[in-house]
Parts: sequence; structure tokens; C-alpha cells
Amino acid sequence: MNDMRLTERNMTDHKIKMQARGVDVFYGHDQAIKNVDVDIEDNTVTAFIGPSGCGKSTFLRCLNRMNDTIDVCRVTGDIRLDDEDIYDPQVDPVQLRAKVGMVFQKPNPFPKSIYDNVAYGPKIHGLATNKAELDEIVEKSLRRAAIWDEAKDRLDQPGTGLSGGQQQRLCIARAVATNPEVLLMDEPCSALDPIATAQVEELIDELRERFSVVIVTHSMQQAARVSQKTAFFHLGELVEYGETSQIFTNPQDTRTESYITGRIG
Amino acid sequence: MTLAPFVILLLAALVGYAINLRAARAIRYGGSRLHSLQGFHGLFSLLLVIVPVLTLILVWLAVEGGIINRILLSSLPDGVLDGLGSGAIQLIGAEIRSIAGGRVFGTPEDWKLEAAERLITYREISSWLLVGVVGAVSLGLIYFARSRVAAEFRARQRVETITLGLMVFCAVVAIFTTIGIIAALTFETIKFFQLVPITEFLFGTNWEPQIPIREDQIAAEGAFGAVPVFLGTIVIATVALFIAVPIGLLTAIYLNEFAPGRLRKIVKPVLEILAGVPTVVYGFFAILVVAPALRQFGESLGLDVASNTALAAGGVMGIMLIPFISSFADDALSAVPRSLRDGALALGATRGEMMLNVLFPAAIPGIVGGVLLAVSRAIGETMIVVMAAGLIAKMTINPLDSVTAVTVQIVTLLIGDTAFDNPKTLAAFALGMMLFIATLVINVFALRIVRKYREIYD
Ligand SMILES: Nc1ncnc2c1ncn2[C@@H]1O[C@H](COP(=O)(O)OP(=O)(O)O)[C@@H](O)[C@H]1O
Ligand SMILES: [Mg+2]
Repeated sequence: MNDMRLTERNMTDHKIKMQARGVDVFYGHDQAIKNVDVDIEDNTVTAFIGPSGCGKSTFLRCLNRMNDTIDVCRVTGDIRLDDEDIYDPQVDPVQLRAKVGMVFQKPNPFPKSIYDNVAYGPKIHGLATNKAELDEIVEKSLRRAAIWDEAKDRLDQPGTGLSGGQQQRLCIARAVATNPEVLLMDEPCSALDPIATAQVEELIDELRERFSVVIVTHSMQQAARVSQKTAFFHLGELVEYGETSQIFTNPQDTRTESYITGRIG
Repeated sequence: MTLAPFVILLLAALVGYAINLRAARAIRYGGSRLHSLQGFHGLFSLLLVIVPVLTLILVWLAVEGGIINRILLSSLPDGVLDGLGSGAIQLIGAEIRSIAGGRVFGTPEDWKLEAAERLITYREISSWLLVGVVGAVSLGLIYFARSRVAAEFRARQRVETITLGLMVFCAVVAIFTTIGIIAALTFETIKFFQLVPITEFLFGTNWEPQIPIREDQIAAEGAFGAVPVFLGTIVIATVALFIAVPIGLLTAIYLNEFAPGRLRKIVKPVLEILAGVPTVVYGFFAILVVAPALRQFGESLGLDVASNTALAAGGVMGIMLIPFISSFADDALSAVPRSLRDGALALGATRGEMMLNVLFPAAIPGIVGGVLLAVSRAIGETMIVVMAAGLIAKMTINPLDSVTAVTVQIVTLLIGDTAFDNPKTLAAFALGMMLFIATLVINVFALRIVRKYREIYD
């Protein structure tokens, strides 16, 4: 299968999964994102870093058109998924979001059972034809999110009853269950304690085998630990984008250097 | 003259405030540091004067009449009250009072005229006495408050304590009033059940609360089986909820999720205005528009429709409840955190799916609470049913028939001259008690659900 070939850790050779060109985002009259170009590679963890308020979340939400749900928000420019313009009027944002999943900063399991949380996406997209298939999807997703062992005996209990770290992994399982191609994560660990953070980071590295992962983080250590590519945003601009190792050891832009050495941010 | 003590009190309070303020300020300018801001020293004096003196005035005014009356009666010439019952004595007192007020009927006896003059004197004495006492007590309190002003005096704490006491007092008044009402209701209800067996009231199916006026009247005994009355209320409330719940919920869902912002800004206030329409206006609407329309429509279908149907009363009541339910449901939906909406949308749910599968279930407890509160309003609603529902209690659940309601019966039972010891009047209290118990249970239930639901997301 295509995927299998791409699991080698050859970082330069991945195909480009998403491509953004000249993206501007406005909230009313305020411009939050200025002319951003970025290539998101397949089977790669791409980290967006930058001081808070610089537009990382805003840009991330452009990639699955979640900005459509904000009335005042306007996105211009060109964003492609597998060479298809996702802002084309023909494209249904609902289907796009099934392909580009998202995990939020604060774990947000639905007030339903663990099983129903994970089964929700497959159900609305008709991914399973019978209960057995659905069970299989749920189990597979929970395994991928590394929470199967903790959850398997309590699938019918509410997802909101789990601990914060477990909830976040449940949300990852929920996002994975629709079989997305890209997984967006907006500061997925900022509400978690260090142990839960470590578990989720480990998970992110595993997810890379099947998905293209984009993660927003305010922790540079985290970016360095989990990502292969890093994009540094500052005041709505994409200042620098490249191999993570290179950004952290040999930044080209003085703003990047100041940020990673702790002088701005 | 009754105004004078209040004016004196006000002046005294202001003077006390000013004196303490100046005294405190003087201490500060003298170089010492005040524990409390000077304003609190002023307020301390103000409250210290107002609270006791106002209490004094009110108590005085409350007991004044009774005391004067007693003095007056004992000053009457010997023998005039001999052999009179308490009712007759009261009557004489009233006559003297009305003479004193300048309303003389016929030619009263001389001793009554003299008594009236004495009454006027007593009243004047009492007024002057009150003014004197208020003045003296106020001065004393002002002096006392002034004597407390000192750098280290904790005026702020004192003011806070007094204010707290006032708030507790107000709360207690509200609570005790409620308890008093309940007690009165219970008392009358018990009296009713001594005349009419409780089983007949609760399970009897015949409601004819007419009591013979003359001993020999044939108009039967009067029957107090309340089941048809309860049934009427239930039928009307059910009709109301059948209209209000779906429309209210759909309105809320539409406004909350699908309506463009501008429409929402217009519709929400309009709904709130609708919630403020006096129910008597809805009543008019029911009799003048809805009932005739229903009747005509029914006749065109060949149905036999009464002129004051449960459907008309309940339907209009439902319209009244729509804004109530929709605003409750809207609040409940808005209280579902945005992160849940985003979570569902990010999974590729449509807005409809998100609403149906995520928002609505999460909001259900709040919505149920709102619906329950609407139920208790529906069964307690009076004006619409008095105007639009029938008077005769019928054992029917046909909404096209004329039914009566608990509140309607309470109103009709209490209208007119009836003694407070006959079962007809007492039945109203028993019905009121039932209504009270029902709404209390529903409200407690509803509030508990609403509260439980709040705990989840805060
Ligand atoms: N819903 C919104 N409405 C208006 N302005 C917004 C909204 N969300 C974000 N912004 C603005 O856009 C800018 C970027 O925000 P964001 O993307 O959240 O930054 P980051 O995630 O990097 O902290 C900020 O100035 C913020 O105030
Ligand atoms: Mg952010």
C-alpha cells in the first residue's frame, strides 16, 4: 500500500499533503494572518510555534475550514489538500472535516459514553454498515490513541468521567475514527500534566505513520521532541519554516532566534 | 401630622450623619489615622438613628389605634355599654370614630358626641407625644453616635453589621410571609376536610359546589368531588404544552444555531415582549379570536364545538408559554460549551447533526427544567382560563368540550358574599392547597434538574 512505503523515516521524501499559498485571514477588519505559504508533508509532524496571539490557531483552523463557523472570519488565498482547493465552492466543508480531523486545546469529549464518543464520527459518515464493524472501528481507534487498555472495560461509561489526559486521548481516538488523512492538533497538551503530556507526545509520534500531523504548541521543547518540520509564526506572518533540527540549531531569521532563545514571546 | 415624625427622623438622620462626618474629618485633620473612612462614621450615625426610630414610629402607629380605642371605651359614661355584645361595642366605636372624622349620620346621642371630641383630643396628644419621643430619642442617638467617633472606632464594621442585619430582616420577612400564607391555607383546608371527607374531595367525580341558602331549598347538598376540576386543568395544561413545547423548542433551536445574527437580534427581544403581555390580554384574544374561530372551523367540519373549549383556553395559554420555553431552551443550549460544538463540527458533523446529537442531549436537563416550570405556570395560570374556559366541571378529556379549571373554580367559589365557614368557601382553600402542592413539587423537581445540569459545565 501507498502508506507502507512512506513510513520510512526519510524526511525529505514525503509527498506534500496540504499546500497553502498567499493565505490571508481577517477577523472583521483585523488581519490575523498575512500572506502565509506553507507545505504540509504527509507522514510528518509539522509544528507551528510562535508567541501567543500570533495566529497559529487561526491558521490551523483554515486547514479544516473551522473558521467558517466564526461569523466575522474571512479567509482568502489558496489552500489545497491533495491538490484540490478546499475553499472551492464545490467542496463540502463537512466532508473536508472528515478528512482533516482536529483535536482541541481543552479535551472536549461529548457527554456520552466512551464508545459513543468514538463511534460518533463513523456513524455520521456511514463508515460502518453493522454493529460489528463499528465495534472494530472503535477498538482500532482507541488502540491507535493508546487508550484501549484503560477504556476497554468501561466503554459504556461517560467519556467525561475520564482523567484529563485520558480525555484528550479519547478525543484523539474520536478524531482518528473517521479515518482522516490529516490530523490538526491545537496545543493538545496544554491542559495536561507532564505524564499525560508525555503519553500524548509518544502517541503523536506513532500517529505520524498513518497521518500527516500538524500540531500547534507554545512549548518549544515539545516542538523539538515531536516534530520533523517547524513553522515559526510572528504577528500573523510565517517567519521561518524548515526542518525542526535546523530551526532550533541554526535559525535563519533573527526573530526566530530571539524567540527560541527566549527573547520574544 | 402623621408626616411630622418621619420628617423629624429624616432630619435627625442627616444631622447625625453630618455631625459624625465632621467629627471624623476633624480627627483626620488633627493628624491621627482613622480606622474607618470618615463616610462610615457618618453612616454609622445615620443608621443608628434611622433603624430604631423608624421601628419606634411604626410600632407606635400600629398600636396607637387600639390603645386609644380602649381608653375611649373605658371613658364612656357608665351603663351605656351594659349588656352589649362585642360586635355591638365595635359598632359604637366605629360610630364614634366616624363622628370624629366629621361624618355624622342622624342625630347621635350626646355622650357619643362628647366621646368623639375626646377621641380627637386623645389623637392629638398621641401625635405630639410621638413627635416628642421621636425627637428625644433621635437626639439621644445622635449624641451617642457622636460620642463613639474616635480614631480607632471601627465604624465600617458597625455599618456592615447593621446593614447585614437589615438584609437578614428583609429575607426573614419574605420567608415568614410565605410560611404565614401556607399556614393559613393549611388551616382552612383542614377545616374544609372536617366538613367534607378528604376521600370524597380527592376521588369524587361530581363537582357541584352549590349550598342551599335556605333550609328548605331543594338545591341538593352540594358535591365536592374535585376530580373533574383537576381533569379540566390537566386537559387545558396538556393542550397548552402540546403547543408551547414543540414551537418553543424549535424557536430556540432555530434562534440558537441557524438564525442569522441580525434576525436573532430582532426576534429575541420580540419574544421577551411577548412574555411580558398581561395574561388578561391573552384572555381577550382567546374569547374574541380563537374561540369563535375554532367554533366556526368545527362547525364547518360538522363537529360539535363548545363556545369555551379547552382547546381555545389551552391553545392561547400555549402561546403565552412559547417565549417562556424558548428562552429557557435557548439559555440551556447557549450554556453548552462552545468546545462541544466545535468538537462535533470538526468531526464533520453538519449543524443539524451537531444540534440533534450533541447540543440538544447536553441541554436536555435544562430544557426539561424549563418545561416543568412551564407546566407549573400552566396549572397555576388564572386569567386566561377564567376568561376562556367554562364554569361547569365535566368528566371529559375531549379538548373540544367545555371544561373548567382549578383556578377558575377558586375564583368563582370566592366571588360574592359567602361566609368563611361554609364548605363552598372552604373548598376554594382546599383547591388552592392542591394547586400549591402540585406547583411546589414540580418546581422543586425542575430546579433540582436545572441545578444538577449547571454543575456539569461550570
Ligand atoms: N474569534 C475571533 N474573533 C476575533 N479575533 C480573533 C478571534 N480568534 C482570534 N482572534 C485574533 O486573531 C489573532 C490570532 O489569534 P490566534 O490564532 O488565536 O493566536 P494563537 O493561537 O497564535 O495564540 C489574535 O490577535 C486574536 O485576538
Ligand atoms: Mg491558540
